[in-house]
Amino acid sequence: MSDSSAADILNKIKPLMHKRVGPYNSWNPVSRTQIWQWCSAMGDHNPLYLDDQYRAEHSEFAADKAVAPPAMMQMWSMRDVNGHDGPGSTTDNLFEILDALEQEGYAGIMAVSYDQTFHRYLEEGDRAHHYSTIINVSDLKTTGIGKGFFVTQLAEFMDQNDELFAEARITYFKYQVPKKPAGASKPSAPGKINRIHPVENHDHAHFWQGLRDGKLLIQKCDDCGELRHPPQPMCEHCQSLRWSTIESKGKGTVYTYTVMHYPEIPPFDYPNAIVLVDLEEGVRIVSQLIGTKPDDIKVGMSVEMKLTEVQEDMTLPLFHAADPSTTEKP
Amino acid sequence: MSHTLSRKAAIVGIGATEFSKDSGRSEMQLACEAVKAALDDAGLNGSAIDGMASFSMDNNWENEILRQVGGKALKFFSRTEFGGGAACGPFVHAATAIASGLCETVVIYRALNERSGLRFGSGQMMNNSPLDPNIINFSHYFPYGFMTPAAWIAFSARRYMHEYGATSEDFGRVAVAMRDFAATNPNAFFYERPITLEEHQASRMIADPLRLYDCCQESDGAVAFVVTSMERAKDLANTPAVIASARQSIVKESRMMTPFYGETLSGIPEFDACAGEVYAMAGLSPNDINVACLYDHFSPWVLPQLEAFGFCDRGEAKDFVKDGHINRGGKLPVNPHGGQLGEAYIHGMNGIAEAVRQIRGTSVNQVENVDHVLITAGAGVPTGAAILERG
Repeated sequence: MSDSSAADILNKIKPLMHKRVGPYNSWNPVSRTQIWQWCSAMGDHNPLYLDDQYRAEHSEFAADKAVAPPAMMQMWSMRDVNGHDGPGSTTDNLFEILDALEQEGYAGIMAVSYDQTFHRYLEEGDRAHHYSTIINVSDLKTTGIGKGFFVTQLAEFMDQNDELFAEARITYFKYQVPKKPAGASKPSAPGKINRIHPVENHDHAHFWQGLRDGKLLIQKCDDCGELRHPPQPMCEHCQSLRWSTIESKGKGTVYTYTVMHYPEIPPFDYPNAIVLVDLEEGVRIVSQLIGTKPDDIKVGMSVEMKLTEVQEDMTLPLFHAADPSTTEKP
Repeated sequence: MSHTLSRKAAIVGIGATEFSKDSGRSEMQLACEAVKAALDDAGLNGSAIDGMASFSMDNNWENEILRQVGGKALKFFSRTEFGGGAACGPFVHAATAIASGLCETVVIYRALNERSGLRFGSGQMMNNSPLDPNIINFSHYFPYGFMTPAAWIAFSARRYMHEYGATSEDFGRVAVAMRDFAATNPNAFFYERPITLEEHQASRMIADPLRLYDCCQESDGAVAFVVTSMERAKDLANTPAVIASARQSIVKESRMMTPFYGETLSGIPEFDACAGEVYAMAGLSPNDINVACLYDHFSPWVLPQLEAFGFCDRGEAKDFVKDGHINRGGKLPVNPHGGQLGEAYIHGMNGIAEAVRQIRGTSVNQVENVDHVLITAGAGVPTGAAILERG
């Protein structure tokens, strides 16, 4: 859309500005019941509003009249739940400008700001009404959500004597909803939570790279020949820093286990069986046990590794029962 | 030994905030409140402090607390690593610093919003820097979803059951005993809420074999202590809780919550390694201990602590517990405040405060004629233990 057409739009809608629309009348006078409902729902325990004795002793307000919280200002002359304004309200279209912008292709709307000014408290028995005026439309602006116009509405909240008790300036952004790129009609998948990636530093990288290469690698001291896992840079038997790796066959027995039920941490399936496996080569390794019913897991059961690509960047040595009779059918 | 920290320092002040699930204030404020309360309890001003000790995991710096509680200068400050395993280290450090003449009055503190802030049990990483030693250690477990303290402890609990024939009910008896004490402690989460063994058995599984009631409740709160020299303690009103012995303990099998690669998982090798010396330094034996405040983040690991510290033989703690010895009125009441299972989880420091109250004779669940209390720090991590003595 060119700037000239933006100028055309402004020329069309500016005459609609500064038209004071109203009154919007209230259905009911200010009442103790509605004040109580609002305070109760909002958790506002200020004694000024509903505590008659407090008011008598600590305020200039009448003891026998409940005082309305200022933030209730727009509630008194609000439409009812069926969308009907109070008796005697105007039928003029307050949203003429917004409708006109919508016709021009600016269908999106977002509330931007809501500035409020309070002039006096309402008391039980007061009767409110309000007027509304569009007081500003900006030039065409470009924002992160699209191009559009900032529209500011003034709401004047009046009492039964037509005196202003509160006012609000409400700014909306009326914008062109950007066209979706071709093929993006489906809602995008929610962000998938992945398994936490291990630290692959000097001491540990070979282990994780080995898994991606299809091998479960165990560190072996080049001097004394001791095997070790998890990896560490120095041999705890002979203090050698020289090491290489051997490939494990991935067979072993369960030394101990747990079945995790709670909390359920994404992206894992629950219950989540975790095993500490004594590998045949003589080292222990922690992993998940897949496919065995929790009640069938036993200390000492034979298990075998199956290297599994659990997500795009991660291959893990998951274990299964070696005896297929204890394995659940998928 | 001529050079020893034994009986050179005493705990003369204890202070705490309330224990809650949402403190509604900063950990710094909790720390200041607890330290101020401990100073008031000791009858000392902030200006008396010349040393501080805490946990590495504590988020509150010494200088910030010192300034706010009216302190002037510190000659000594230290931190201890390994989560709740740090609960005894600060007392070792304080007693050592005082015994050496380095300083005279040390404040020890631990403040945490562990419930309303980052919950350790949530499986969320505390720090994701690849240089963090926690993450390097946990890299061999997190990818499998093996990422909660309850699940790590479960590995050992399962082995303990396998090797000694213990059952979930044996763990449950520990939980029931702790909740019984908590039920008469107005500061406890579970005040007036005892449980039965049947309720323990019916509670849902968290990480098999650990049930809900085998796990402590994550908590907000702070506890602080004032430790000073024996000379100064004599001038103060409170009965001193003398540090008769205190030791830290790491063994080569120690790992951060994941000690899976040693010869056995059914014991706690750090306690096996230090128990003898904890008694020897104090010149005491298990028979001299009247009350034990044992680290009970999860009920199963109370059992091997009873064995390591010589109250019963290896594998027999289940019978010791079944016979009611750790209960109210038993021959070794354990955690009369209700423990972390019943009172709150303040990283073990609330148990040490209870040990001091038992020495003073001021606990809500006071045991008669208490002269010596054994205290332990976290299990499953590098840790420590100490004996407090009525001065």
